[in-house]
Amino acid sequence: MNLDRRQLLAGGGLLVAFSMAGHGLAQLAGGGEGGAAPRPVRPDLPGSLKSNPVLDSWVHIAPDGRITVFSGKAELGQGIRTALLQVAAEELDVPPGAIDLVTADTARTPDEGLTAGSHSMQDGGTAIANACANVRMLLTRTAAKRWRAAADMLTTNGKAQVTAPDGRSLGYGALAADLSLHVEAIPNAPRRDPRHYRTLGHDLPRVDIPAKLTGGAAYVQDLRLPGMLHARVVRGPSYGTRLAKPQLDRARKMPGVVAVIENGRFTAVVAEKEWQAIQAMRVAQDSDYVRDLPLLPVAEGPHRLQKLPTREIQVLDTHDGAKPVWKTVRGSYSRPWYSHGSIGPSCAVALAKDGGLTLWSHSQGVFDMHRAVAELVGLPPEKVRCIHTPSAGCYGQNGADDVTAEAGLIAMALPGRPIRLQWMREQEFGWEPCGCGMVTRVEAAIGPDKRIAHWTYEVWSNSHNNRPVGAGGYAVAQEISPGFPAPPPKPIPMPEGDGDRNANPLYVFPNMDVRYHFVPEMPLRVSALRSLGAHLNVFTIESVLDELALAGGVDPLAFRLAHMQDARARAVMIEATNRFGWAKRPRGDGRRGCGMAFARYKNIGAYCAIAMEIEVERETGAITVHRVQAAVDAGQPASPDGIRNQVEGGILQSLSWATREAVTYDATRRTSFDWGSYPILRFEEVPGSVAVHVMDRPGDPFLGAGETAQGPTSAALANAIADATGARLRDMPLTPEVVKAAIGV
Amino acid sequence: MTLSITVNGKRHQVDASPETPLLYVLRDDLGLNGAKYGCGLGQCGACTVQLDGKAIFSCITPVSAVGDRPVRTVEGLGTVDRMSPLQQAFRDEQAAQCGYCIAGMIMRAQALLDADPRPDEAKIRAHMQTNLCRCGTHMRILRAIRRVAGLPSDGAAA
Amino acid sequence: MVTLRRTARSKWWWVTALLLLGLAGALIALALSWRPAIAPIAPPSPGSFAPAQVVRGAMLVKLGDCAVCHTRDGGRPLAGGRPLATPFGTLYSDNLTPDPETGIGTWSAAAFRRAMKAGVSRSGAHLYPALPYEHFTHVRDADLDAIYAFLMTRRPVREAAPANRLIFPLGFRPLLAGWKLLFLHPGETPVDPSRSAEWNRGAYLVEGLGHCGGCHTPRNLAGGEIRSQAYAGGIAEGWRAPALNAANPAARKWTKEALVTYLRTGISPDHSAAAGPMGPVVDSLSQVPEAEVRAIAAYIVSKMGGSPSAPVAPLPDHADAAARRFPEGAVLFGGACAGCHGPGAPMMGQGRPLLSLATVLRDSDPTSAAQAVLQGIAPPVAGRGPKMPGFADALTDQQIAAVLGYLRARYTDRPDWKKLPATVAKARKEGAQP
Repeated sequence: MNLDRRQLLAGGGLLVAFSMAGHGLAQLAGGGEGGAAPRPVRPDLPGSLKSNPVLDSWVHIAPDGRITVFSGKAELGQGIRTALLQVAAEELDVPPGAIDLVTADTARTPDEGLTAGSHSMQDGGTAIANACANVRMLLTRTAAKRWRAAADMLTTNGKAQVTAPDGRSLGYGALAADLSLHVEAIPNAPRRDPRHYRTLGHDLPRVDIPAKLTGGAAYVQDLRLPGMLHARVVRGPSYGTRLAKPQLDRARKMPGVVAVIENGRFTAVVAEKEWQAIQAMRVAQDSDYVRDLPLLPVAEGPHRLQKLPTREIQVLDTHDGAKPVWKTVRGSYSRPWYSHGSIGPSCAVALAKDGGLTLWSHSQGVFDMHRAVAELVGLPPEKVRCIHTPSAGCYGQNGADDVTAEAGLIAMALPGRPIRLQWMREQEFGWEPCGCGMVTRVEAAIGPDKRIAHWTYEVWSNSHNNRPVGAGGYAVAQEISPGFPAPPPKPIPMPEGDGDRNANPLYVFPNMDVRYHFVPEMPLRVSALRSLGAHLNVFTIESVLDELALAGGVDPLAFRLAHMQDARARAVMIEATNRFGWAKRPRGDGRRGCGMAFARYKNIGAYCAIAMEIEVERETGAITVHRVQAAVDAGQPASPDGIRNQVEGGILQSLSWATREAVTYDATRRTSFDWGSYPILRFEEVPGSVAVHVMDRPGDPFLGAGETAQGPTSAALANAIADATGARLRDMPLTPEVVKAAIGV
Repeated sequence: MTLSITVNGKRHQVDASPETPLLYVLRDDLGLNGAKYGCGLGQCGACTVQLDGKAIFSCITPVSAVGDRPVRTVEGLGTVDRMSPLQQAFRDEQAAQCGYCIAGMIMRAQALLDADPRPDEAKIRAHMQTNLCRCGTHMRILRAIRRVAGLPSDGAAA
Repeated sequence: MVTLRRTARSKWWWVTALLLLGLAGALIALALSWRPAIAPIAPPSPGSFAPAQVVRGAMLVKLGDCAVCHTRDGGRPLAGGRPLATPFGTLYSDNLTPDPETGIGTWSAAAFRRAMKAGVSRSGAHLYPALPYEHFTHVRDADLDAIYAFLMTRRPVREAAPANRLIFPLGFRPLLAGWKLLFLHPGETPVDPSRSAEWNRGAYLVEGLGHCGGCHTPRNLAGGEIRSQAYAGGIAEGWRAPALNAANPAARKWTKEALVTYLRTGISPDHSAAAGPMGPVVDSLSQVPEAEVRAIAAYIVSKMGGSPSAPVAPLPDHADAAARRFPEGAVLFGGACAGCHGPGAPMMGQGRPLLSLATVLRDSDPTSAAQAVLQGIAPPVAGRGPKMPGFADALTDQQIAAVLGYLRARYTDRPDWKKLPATVAKARKEGAQP
């Protein structure tokens, strides 16, 4: 740590010291997942500045004018690097190319908790915007002092210069020499006027894409450190199993094998070359397996959750006086367990050296990790450095945390040699925490006025938040000896929520009874998957709305608008349906049909409305999605195209979840282990067209948009199927078999 | 043992056991990042490179099977400063999210365009069916391929 | 349901076939070929069919695999247009939707029955035996009527099949009357009172609508099934359909239970995965009531004979000996195949069958083994299930031959296959799309 800081200081300039705020249980960053984010020391400041108020932890300006911006948020493929760069460039008023952005490194960047829950722009982007606005203000004041001019007469020109009305100018580098940024931010430093934005709100091409198109080093998988060894773990087919008789002696004799690591039940092979490690792993894994945990719920699927003990959480309980009931709708909805399905299985590099441990990881929570892995390997946290290094999209907690902890354990056993641990495809499918299977149940009614009269809603779910904040959170912690017990699972409190995320409708309904049956016992290992419980809750709410609209003979759009007061929510619904041509849409004719749905993610994030037209092939039950139109309000867009890219991706991923995905298992193991047993959407199955309109909201606060499409897309699909065929499908996945069974011949 | 393979027009001597999948030779012995490990089962396409002009899964192609047939990886198409038309189309369409699948996508699409410079939408989709993207970048990938194939950007949307 | 399969045993056999067929046909045609048209009807309204009959028809259409041949890639189900490659040229399947212009909208039930049982179109023209009326002729009228009801309640699709491209003189349909005289044997499947009702149901389905013999029975030079060698193994779309009689080469005797699992899921733990043209059959059978599949399985298993309870022989795995004899194959196997099929591989950890259980490796004919390596295996049921990549673009014919030689030596006790490179080259050619 000291070394790194000295290296940073060697460059000279403004960076004096880090402001390391104390850690205490406080604000829950990252949608309430993971550990406690650093304690707010300046609650009056916006975003992550609350806990890291000192400017030099965010911005450094070298004498040559080169700017470094530090962010605790990580590039997950969502384009956050580019968006943050745009924010910083705008508020510093410099070209984006003048900035080096350093992200999520426990030795260099502010602790911003997790990169999750669509908080990166809301917290991290807001912090950088205000820190940079503070810095620009200070630079302007410094120039004013030097020129003995009034600061309010001076301006900046977009080229990292402060300019005076008489045409004089001073570069930021020269000004920075006279200025200490080791000061706390003020809450109201003047922000750039949205009417004069040069970078923000423009489609800056993503800075990470060129390397990804040309074979540049872009991923943790591409790290090649001198003397690096290749490791593979030796495991049973899935979580909860172990090999009866791993063939470790045979593996030891394989060519290139350097070590076979054994620690309790945790075993790994380490070899000079990657292929040698794979060969040794296979030899070692040639064994039967035994299951150590309770059997998997083969017959019941997610409905198993309804038979397990629960902790009751009342989300909403409103009483508006009994209203007359005209028609009542009841239904139970569910989704199966999902895989994150990262295209690249999880990988990490670890190096134990000089009493410390360095980890290169694709974890979304490197700050939690450096504490949790320290506990796991028995080092003080300051001896463990975690450097976020991008990898294949994770969409939540896939194997990235586990693989890093395991790489750390292996590295501690082989100090001095960097260890690259790559999980195999089947290990990712078998051992990662799944997205939660869930069940909901609704009873709702409309009165003679065709408005909702009462709304009773229940949701059953495990915790969506089992991210490791201590050693026990890693699967390997229960394999090693002595081990660490898994911590008891906890729900995330509202307003973020987890299983109950978005279970509280943004619509105005009277007489609401919304309950979360939180189920601590986990039939399958689960943790965060993009949008958490919002996916099924929005699917349910938006399906029921269509059922009620149908019962009342009201157009689904009109029915929603009649129950929505939030002007921005109304605006995205109207925008999406106008662009879709909702009024003139083809009406359901047995084959073709249209559906729409809406949600504001967590009721505090981005707004998203979706309309789509589909066709059901009656002979096969196959669904073709012809076109999708979305409208999204994410506040001030950093890069509209970045938001479009994220929302398009969310739409396709949600279609894949809704139409074909389910983790399969028999009583003793997961049987989804490859892409044949866990099919996802492929090119011939994607929609004919997808259009995403990004609302222009100049200067409005950033609203995270990365997860906002998950719920509305699946719901719009179910509504379109119902429109096309009259069949209301409530249990995902809506496979051709399910559709066919529902519609008959 | 020492084997000789031609990658991106250059002859290389590599020391690897002959059954080693080409993927690991490209990545670990030649230091090329383009081909990715995705499944090792020939099911996802992240490892796609061209062998003798055909798109293949390098994760299940033994290096000794390559023989004299030329191997082409995404590094052989162009560089950040001098991108190939297809790479440039991917950049113009911003056709990547996490990007892990993209080098494989480019190599598979390039094999199609080399064989048929003017494929129609159905042919493009059928050809790309073997390659998986989890971020849901398909629409942009299709637009990038259409751009090079001279098709309208919105394809033959039904 | 293609009758005119590629069954080339040498380069000139089909010339002989054509000459024989041509001569015979020309003579007989004059006298016998004429069939009357059946008057067109106004397309019946979908409501005129009993819903239960339509539902039953849907199931029978699955049992008959109708949509497999009568749907082109990317096309509407049953709208035809799928090319069927034969040594005599390319046939295109007809549109079975009730479109009056391009489909069967003006066909009466009688016309439909005649087509299925006698291979004659409503217009009176003879149909090519790619429509397996050799088998459909055994289907009862009530079942044909149910199929008709199902087809006539589909959404009409206006789509004309492309014209067939056949070599001279086979475009002259009256010749087919001669073919039928030789190979069409009408009449119901006989009931065997000594067998169970399930077995008899299976016989009815297998011999009739299921037309299993269409692929699994060898054909003579004129493309007719050789009845004396029923289920002795045949050819389908460039793949070898294994024998379903006592010569079935499976390592473990098929039991009824194993066959039911296989036919409904595409894989059984004691046998390998369904591949090639068998995939769509499994897809269809996964969607019919299990009792129908049990009946099919009961009948087929009885054809194979033998006692499943016989002592189970240990499965061969001669890894070292095979590697000595086929060193190149062993190396290629290590990099290309062992990741799924080798010890400790994930697929093995999931309990998928060992290669020593693979019927294609034990068959005397290596054609299907070659096709499986070339084309791979698509997951048969709704895109989910065993999935194997094809190696056609990665490995040369010589290399695939080396792998096949190694596999045969390692995983079976049977004699080496001969002329493997030529077999692979031929399989590659025939596996290509028409």
